[in-house]
Amino acid sequence: MLPNQSRRDMLTLLSSLGLSLVMPGMSARAANTRRTERPKSLITLWMGGGMSQLETWDPHPGSPSGGEVTAIATAAKDIQISHLLPQVAEQMNSAMLIRSLTSKEGDHERGTSFVKTGYRPEPTLKYPSLGAIAARELPDQSIEIPQHIALCAEGSFSHGGYLGNQWDAFRVFNPGLGLTNLESYASASRNEQRLKGLDIVSQSFSAGRQFSLPQTLHQETLDKALTMMSSDQLKAFRLEDEPAMVREAYGDTSFGRGCLVARRLVEVGVRAIEVTLPGFDTHVSNHEGHVTQCRILDPAIATLLQELKDRDLLESTIVLCISEFGRTPSINPAGGRDHWPNWFSCLIAGGGFRSGTVIGSTPSSIPTAKDAAPTEAITIPQLYATIMQQMGIDFEKEILTPIGRPIRFADASPIDWLLKSG
Amino acid sequence: MRGLVAFFSVVVCCSVLYLVNVAGHVDVRTGKADSTSDKDFQNPVEQSVERVNQWLDANWTAEAVEPAGQADELTIFRRLSLALHGTIPSLEEIREFEDDTAPDKIARWIDRILADTRYADYFSERLARSLVGVEEGPFIVFRRDQLNAWLARQLRADTPWPEMARQMIAAEGLWTDRPAANFITIARIEDEGLDVNKLAGRTVRTFLGQRIDCAQCHDHPFDERWTQGDFEGLAAWFARARITIGGVTDTPPADEEPAVYRIAEPGQSKEEGRIVPVKVPFHPEWLPAEGSQRSQLAAWVTHPDNQRFERAIANRIWGLMFGRSFYDPVDDLPHPSEDTNENEELLDVLGQEFRRNNSSLGNLIRVIAQSKAFQLASSSDALTADDFRRQTEHWAVFPLVRLRPEQVIGSLFQASSIRTIDQNSHVFIRFLRFTNETDFIKEYGDLGDDELLQQVGTIPQALLRMNGRFSRELSKADGFSAAAQITSYSQDPATLVENCFLTCLTRRPSASELTFFTSQFHKLSQGETEVNLDANASDAPADAADDNDQQAEREQANRRQRVQDLFWTLFNSPEFSWNH
Repeated sequence: MLPNQSRRDMLTLLSSLGLSLVMPGMSARAANTRRTERPKSLITLWMGGGMSQLETWDPHPGSPSGGEVTAIATAAKDIQISHLLPQVAEQMNSAMLIRSLTSKEGDHERGTSFVKTGYRPEPTLKYPSLGAIAARELPDQSIEIPQHIALCAEGSFSHGGYLGNQWDAFRVFNPGLGLTNLESYASASRNEQRLKGLDIVSQSFSAGRQFSLPQTLHQETLDKALTMMSSDQLKAFRLEDEPAMVREAYGDTSFGRGCLVARRLVEVGVRAIEVTLPGFDTHVSNHEGHVTQCRILDPAIATLLQELKDRDLLESTIVLCISEFGRTPSINPAGGRDHWPNWFSCLIAGGGFRSGTVIGSTPSSIPTAKDAAPTEAITIPQLYATIMQQMGIDFEKEILTPIGRPIRFADASPIDWLLKSG
Repeated sequence: MRGLVAFFSVVVCCSVLYLVNVAGHVDVRTGKADSTSDKDFQNPVEQSVERVNQWLDANWTAEAVEPAGQADELTIFRRLSLALHGTIPSLEEIREFEDDTAPDKIARWIDRILADTRYADYFSERLARSLVGVEEGPFIVFRRDQLNAWLARQLRADTPWPEMARQMIAAEGLWTDRPAANFITIARIEDEGLDVNKLAGRTVRTFLGQRIDCAQCHDHPFDERWTQGDFEGLAAWFARARITIGGVTDTPPADEEPAVYRIAEPGQSKEEGRIVPVKVPFHPEWLPAEGSQRSQLAAWVTHPDNQRFERAIANRIWGLMFGRSFYDPVDDLPHPSEDTNENEELLDVLGQEFRRNNSSLGNLIRVIAQSKAFQLASSSDALTADDFRRQTEHWAVFPLVRLRPEQVIGSLFQASSIRTIDQNSHVFIRFLRFTNETDFIKEYGDLGDDELLQQVGTIPQALLRMNGRFSRELSKADGFSAAAQITSYSQDPATLVENCFLTCLTRRPSASELTFFTSQFHKLSQGETEVNLDANASDAPADAADDNDQQAEREQANRRQRVQDLFWTLFNSPEFSWNH
């Protein structure tokens, strides 16, 4: 731990002397800058299991597909959403709804893989998630904690795919309730002794392996882990110094705490954060299931949007609320809705995207043709190309994958009319 | 992930159930003493090893590559134990191994490792990944535990691999009653029946080591041999397979015609699609005249002349032994030399020898493990990165490969005990190992079915090794733990340090390591060191009656803490979590 401690001391000393700017990569803390000059961050709110568009962003009350939901007016003229999301309704001026996302993947694993990466899953190649690409392409030397973080990551989480597993999201299972494995169980002097011993053992192993050992990243990740263990930035995970009112506003749920931690991580400058809310797979009692889920979702997402606005962080942060697919317009005998990839909705806010508007529309009737489609269909690759462009990532960049095939970050072009200036 | 955890519970339960006592039983090979006339060919495996080594030597000469030195025996022992039992060897095993001075030591120990139930239990799980991946699979009709237990039984019985492959491809019956059928049922899609494309793609990748999945939509981009027509023709063999209440069958109900494979164009209904007849891309003469469609395909895939079949398994087992397949990716092999008219390559040799040795997976493992390539050091004298790259490319140096999560926790667990943890261990210890394993794998991160992809270390893994409860609990020097026994019974600091190294790293400390670590214990006995134990140390000394006792107790407690710290250091060293 010593080398890192001294490195930090040196940095503190340098910056106190006003010297930090002469060192490359040591720009002023991201949190000290605001608005557009600030590097962009991405918060993905992942609705696990397949959120119903009909009970949330795309209600069709009183129609054959409507179910029991009613539509309510929102702060945005002409936009109505489900009555299960009254707080988000008040924030609709700050966000855009896309009701015409399309996919061909109606299976949970395949659908999740597709929507997280923008590529249909293949047996022979694993694609990286949007967050992994962002973390890799937009490094920031001032960040001492991982740049790609998954909160409430009990189930599936975002992977680095062919970029390598060092870009997998760092998983936190219970955000806001303490971190695991980040504190040493021994005293500082014992640790010093242990690490000294480790240096000696590593040195004898490196003999004759000077070309292979560095490729394992063993030492590098160990150093990063030690840096992280002693970093002030870990405070972002602690919610004790947030006012009780704020914590209550997000909701006393794991997802609510996750959204609050996500805001704090954005303030530190973390590039990509994912918060998962599982439990949307409502094959039985779809309406009741969504009543429960929306009670968790509504306060968390509404407070997150409000706080990002209040702190002038929304222009430099993209908030995307999305799911692996939607649910069927028809209601099954168990009162449930089944998987429906033909169209589904997402909410997107900040980062230069338009707000207070809706893209695409879907029929109220129960479609009969198997290839029924929405109007103004938007594909996941198009959406991700647009997000990458807004974050300053070269979405056309090709990476030579382990199977010898060069592959673009996004297999589509950005859609300008999703953007404010477009 | 959940699938894997469930899967592991099965592995462990199996080891609990199969209380077959074979550990400790040493197979003494008989061929050696009897044969006097034919010195070179005492047994078929030795002959195969000789052929493989000739190929390797010739290749190193032709490529002008200087192979690395020979690895020492303990390192080879560690590799074998990790690949075939999923853990490092115990100190108990190391002692026995070192005491063994009879000839053909490595060959005899390979036999012994293969005869241990830990081999079938562990290796079946790794084999299953290549067969059905790690996905959870469809509810009810897919039973990974059953498939895995079946594979373990086949490994124990040394069933020939072609027979196992035929049983899986042509399986009929219930996924519980005929576990091989799970190879078919995993391809079930809700409301649509079996996915014939998935079955065709997986059959060819797994059993023939070639990727034709992309030919589902277009001809292979790099390989003109696989066309879209080839893929469709292969998929058609699975068209009759269906899942009924009685299990997987190719026989339609009495009132129905056998299903045909149709491909519908966009806008067409399934019934309007064109009929695709069954077809194999080459050597149709290998097809038998009789049998169900899938049993005919199975016979073709496993035909004794089908070199792709033997090359695929040779590459796969090579991969499981080294952590890196001979050709990478493991299932995208070039065509066999008979098709390309190029020089015979190692997979051809391994494949032919595999067939000659009864197509036994155990024999294939024996051949690979006794080859020169497997027994080379992972350290090298190469002076430039380019020389080292060429050594790596030609298997002239043993690769550094990240251990799988279950190998890491298995090793942590084994290192916490002097005695071998196997099916003869106390039930409580096995239970503890199982619960630790599932938790650990969740936090360490699982690698999925692309397990032979070269992986790097990650920050969560480093944090887990340094601060996790696993390394803490398993390095504790109390009770009957390895650390406690080493503390109590090592006669002097040098022996103590050596025992720690053997237990955790399966090697002795180097001179500089010995000096550094023993000095810490010397200082201790000379009373030069701080006696302040960590406030939270569980092994803090009890109040002693008089000063002398107290002094001795403190010294002992300090010693235990030092041993625990040394274990921590060794657990976190690169060589602990990498195969080398």
